[in-house]
Amino acid sequence: MNQRPLSPHLGVYKFMYTMSLSILHRITGLAASVGFLAFVWWLMALASGPGAYESALRVLTSPVAKLLLVGFTFSFVYHFCNGIRHLVWDTGRGLERAQARRSGALVVIAALLITALVVWLGCAALVPSTGAGP
Amino acid sequence: MSLRSPLGRVLGFGSAKEGVGHWWVQRVTAVALIPLTLWFVIALLGKPLHSYEAMRGWLGQPWVAVPTILLIITLAWHSKLGVQVVVEDYVHGKASKTTLLLLSIFVHVAAAVAGVFAVLILALS
Repeated sequence: MNQRPLSPHLGVYKFMYTMSLSILHRITGLAASVGFLAFVWWLMALASGPGAYESALRVLTSPVAKLLLVGFTFSFVYHFCNGIRHLVWDTGRGLERAQARRSGALVVIAALLITALVVWLGCAALVPSTGAGP
Repeated sequence: MSLRSPLGRVLGFGSAKEGVGHWWVQRVTAVALIPLTLWFVIALLGKPLHSYEAMRGWLGQPWVAVPTILLIITLAWHSKLGVQVVVEDYVHGKASKTTLLLLSIFVHVAAAVAGVFAVLILALS
């Protein structure tokens, strides 16, 4: 019973960057789940009244929170882009090695660019006009 | 001759095509989240987040509140399915796995209810 074959462990495979993209999908998904809780907390603060919203904003605009928000933004954007890649795979397309590597690189580049854009626009929306952003 | 019905004889012995349920709902919610999150993020970025009055007024509108509620429910559902897969794959102790799965379900349901409740308050008061 104990001699049944096991599937090979990850260690037997040669490392490919597509592997790290795959695990990153799970990590960013988990981070996005935490971001979802923060989003609900923000909604509750808004529903609780002006005082609660103001204290929530004070927390959200603290340096640590800003760093976290950038992390959540990247996590969400990456998970979004790579999720679309997964949905395309589910239709049976793009599964060849060269295609998967190309789409992986595309996802990383898109995620970085969109994150930068959202962070830039978000800074303008979060802070009352300081001249930053468009 | 057996007195058991044909259904009684097969129940619990194999596929009723439910095995793909988790996988399928994860895809359905993923597809739904594409327009919902795109809409919300793009709409939100144009709003003055620092203004309580403006944000409250915006989220309270019917055509904003309803898609936001859909977004909250779909996000919670998709997140619950995703966290479940991660826990099932990486947490091996039976007690810790069950505890984490229960905790995840409770947190997701609580967050979804809180989010929907908050939007309803903004929309109805």
